[in-house]
Amino acid sequence: MAYPKDYRYTKEHEWIQVNGKTGLVGITDHAQDQLGDIVHLTLPEAGAELKAGEKFGEVDAVKTVSDLFSPASGKVVEANQSLNETPEAVNKDAHRAWMIKLELSNPKEADALLSADDYEKYIAEEK
Amino acid sequence: MVDFGGWDMPVEYPSSGGLVKEHLAVRTGAGMFDVSHMGDILIRGPQALDAVQWVSMNDASKLQEGQAHYSALLYPEGTFVDDVIVHKMGPNDYLLVINAGTREKDHSWVRKNVSRFRCHADDVGDYYTQIAIQGPKGEATLQKLTNVDLSQIKNYWFKHGTVCGLANTLIARTGYTAEDGFEIYVPSDVPTSERVWKEVTEAGKEFGIVPCGLGARNTLRLEGKMALYGHEISDTINVCEAVLDRYCKMDKGDFVGRAALEKVKAEGLKRILVGLEAVDRGIPRDGYKIVDAAGGEIGYVTSGSYAPFLKKSISLAYVPPAHSEIGQEVIVDVRGQKVKCRVVPTPFYKRAKKSTAL
Repeated sequence: MAYPKDYRYTKEHEWIQVNGKTGLVGITDHAQDQLGDIVHLTLPEAGAELKAGEKFGEVDAVKTVSDLFSPASGKVVEANQSLNETPEAVNKDAHRAWMIKLELSNPKEADALLSADDYEKYIAEEK
Repeated sequence: MVDFGGWDMPVEYPSSGGLVKEHLAVRTGAGMFDVSHMGDILIRGPQALDAVQWVSMNDASKLQEGQAHYSALLYPEGTFVDDVIVHKMGPNDYLLVINAGTREKDHSWVRKNVSRFRCHADDVGDYYTQIAIQGPKGEATLQKLTNVDLSQIKNYWFKHGTVCGLANTLIARTGYTAEDGFEIYVPSDVPTSERVWKEVTEAGKEFGIVPCGLGARNTLRLEGKMALYGHEISDTINVCEAVLDRYCKMDKGDFVGRAALEKVKAEGLKRILVGLEAVDRGIPRDGYKIVDAAGGEIGYVTSGSYAPFLKKSISLAYVPPAHSEIGQEVIVDVRGQKVKCRVVPTPFYKRAKKSTAL
């Protein structure tokens, strides 16, 4: 699956799509592939304040559970609770299945993260 | 690939579409497993039966030739060396199928404990590649590859016959999936093993057979409440706690562990294995604590997962008997989150009995 060029990526395999002061956050296609069948998500309540790199939730696959880390600092405006009804949406289309919507403290912060090309190089090396 | 008792084994096969697809294939069609990691001990000699009776808890004198049963090797404390499937191959000839992780321990323990009987206990695990063909379409798959009428093999019975051109192959109606199926034991050389694997793959194609890894093996056995060494059973857990008493025949005569189990039965249990189903969202997993209302630890989860066929979060856990009644609720600490679970009847999954009486 292609890695959208307008997203930024972390080495912990999250992506963020910045749009003005808003950021959508999810996990990468590589991450969902490694996790396998995703069956449950633990997401924060709206209003939670997050720092870049801070844990914001957990993703349960059948075989394992993994922490979710915020790529940027900000306030959770909304968590995508619909994913709790259809967690498999993350497997099907990881780059659209956003998990939290952030009101960013500093929209420039995400510029320091990996570009799509850099992320693809990173996961190629990881293998 | 993960290291499993010294074997490189896949958790899932990407070609199958992953763990859940593999699991569902076994419940609804067919799945195949390379279970060559399982160990095999052959006990042979004029006193083989006496030796098997002494080292294992089930009553092997009840076995007929061609029949197998679930049993276990116990320490004098009534705890588990390992669980085993005992096959009666001949009047003085028993095959014990054991776990990979405990292979050397099992073998040396069996050798030591049968030394006073006139018999040999040989580790023959390296001679066999063991392939499990499981699922409602397992029989139809394997039938294409053998001259043995598989419909004549009852559950936990076995026959020898030609499979994939290999004469005298052991074909057992056994498995670790809580589903109907077979396990075959073929010569372990690489060309033969690969050829048989490919032929089973081809034969099962019309039934949608997929190769299955350790992940599906674990979730399938969990749905069926089949014990896993190091989890539900271990050297610190006794037979009564694990609720495996029905495979332990106290009246068959003396055996290793018997005296300790008599004492356990007289004194009562401090903990017992139960099945849990999550009421709240969340998935209890292996090792998570069971806590009381005040947060104090009262037990722990031995195995827990999302169950792909039942589509529920299920687990097996040790709890005090006072918390073990069906319908009672307990709390599992899921990484800091309190997840309410209910004690439910086990096995979680039981396959429908066939209409034809076997």
